[in-house]
Amino acid sequence: MLVTVLFYTFATILVAAGVGVITSRNPVHAALSLVLCFLTSAVLWMLIEAEFLAIVLVLVYVGAVMVLFLFVVMMLDINVEELKRGFTRYAWLGWLVTGIVIAEIVGVIVQRRLGLDVTRGAAPLPPGYSNATELGTALFTRYAYAVELAAMLLLVAIIAAISLTLRRRRGLKLQDISAQVAVRAGDRVRIVKMKSEPRP
Amino acid sequence: MTAPGSWLSAHWLALPGFVHSTVFILALSIVLILSVAYLTLWERKLIGWMQMRRGPNRVRLFGIPHTEYIGQPFADVVKLLIKEIITPARSNRVLFRLAPAITLIPAFAAWAVIPIAPGFAIADVNAGLIYLLALTSVGVYGVILAGWASNSKYAFLGAMRSAAQIVAYEIAMGFALVGVLMAAGSLNLGVIVEHQRGAPFHWNMVWLFPLFMVYFISGVAETNRAPFDVAEGESEIVAGFHVEYSGMGFALFFLAEYANMILIAALTAIFFLGGWLSPLDGYLSADSALRHLPVPYLGKAVGLVLGDGTHWLALKIFALLCVFLWLRATFPRYRYDQIMRLGWKVLIPITIVWIAVEGVLAWFHVGPWRA
Repeated sequence: MLVTVLFYTFATILVAAGVGVITSRNPVHAALSLVLCFLTSAVLWMLIEAEFLAIVLVLVYVGAVMVLFLFVVMMLDINVEELKRGFTRYAWLGWLVTGIVIAEIVGVIVQRRLGLDVTRGAAPLPPGYSNATELGTALFTRYAYAVELAAMLLLVAIIAAISLTLRRRRGLKLQDISAQVAVRAGDRVRIVKMKSEPRP
Repeated sequence: MTAPGSWLSAHWLALPGFVHSTVFILALSIVLILSVAYLTLWERKLIGWMQMRRGPNRVRLFGIPHTEYIGQPFADVVKLLIKEIITPARSNRVLFRLAPAITLIPAFAAWAVIPIAPGFAIADVNAGLIYLLALTSVGVYGVILAGWASNSKYAFLGAMRSAAQIVAYEIAMGFALVGVLMAAGSLNLGVIVEHQRGAPFHWNMVWLFPLFMVYFISGVAETNRAPFDVAEGESEIVAGFHVEYSGMGFALFFLAEYANMILIAALTAIFFLGGWLSPLDGYLSADSALRHLPVPYLGKAVGLVLGDGTHWLALKIFALLCVFLWLRATFPRYRYDQIMRLGWKVLIPITIVWIAVEGVLAWFHVGPWRA
């Protein structure tokens, strides 16, 4: 009962936030609505006892991806007027895509009848069941090669992104940190003993 | 006839679970808020002594003699409460009001999974460590939003600096925790503490010493404390992301900063210094002479004080907090590019190397992995 109430509450927030992502004029508001989407879907995952995935969703998407996203969006100087000019020209394409997606969703729901009476929800987990252990066992035994492959791909992507954006400008003044650290006071300051002179 | 204590405990246990957790949460929050209040006072006093000053010495507690400065936190709170709240022109009102709360909530919510006493945490979850990482990473939103919603250049600059810094140091922190996780073999904080059982030589601090240093340094950077406080560098950008906040808005940021300090100190104590484990563990056996003193109850009391318990955790947290303050009293502020270099080019490589070293140690069953 409580779970049902929680589910519908958070599902409503999720849908509302999703609508907010695409309708809000301000890109920062849109990004924040997306953050709210992620948070509420994490709660929904928590309700089906997938707590590890829920927390990782918050950690990766809310904590890392969206922070960088927000970072970029705030720095951008988006001209809303200019964006709106092309809106009517591509509206027919938008409606077409919307229609196709809605038709697909309705088709699947009508065909499969995805009500709780059909799917019967998630099977109740035995006590002492640990999401993290199960996932870890699966990832590092059965799917070990897939995990390594994905890790390799991500590493390549990181290196590619860095090498694409790294430009070496000529005449750039950079600090040599190790040289700075190695500096001793004796290299910079020379203390000279002088005899005091009478005032002229 | 039953003793009143057992009557109380029987009725207490009969209450539904959510009452228990609500009471625990309230008690913990009150303790935390009071600790934050007195931490601000302790900071000013300690730094005062370190710099040969007196620090606050005016406000007595209810006018009781010889309690100079004890009432200072309450005076501060009253002052902040009755200050005018100013919202900058053309700022985003909703986000402006929301931002201080977003920084504060994670700092308190994180305490849910922290093992406070032997075998006790408000929520003893298996994925506790990941939960902590997730929560601490959410805190940065408050800073970014505060800077953006203020409609002020200084605040925005501060927010950008802070966001870059927190994102950079979070990686080092996460990697340091991977080492802890490898040592304990569990994400559950209670198990992580239990794994360090034994004298201080069994604490993670010994075998994971580089990770301990990296974690603590990153923690200082993560809380935007000196010497990593470029986000509010007064000499360059006035007060950074909270420039436009007055009254309670500022107080909430202040509260969040100190609550985060306590949290980082608690986490360092749990991950590397054995949490609530007694440092005398293993030296004071059950049949030690100290436990069987001729005076009644004294032996039991000695056992309670020297055995495991919350007081050891509190003591470790306090010691680490003093290090926080000591750093602030000692070091000048880092330059921004130096902070970035330290985070990305020094701390993260150290953690990666040490994780590899740990893997080799575990493979050859050296040290704590001598199963």
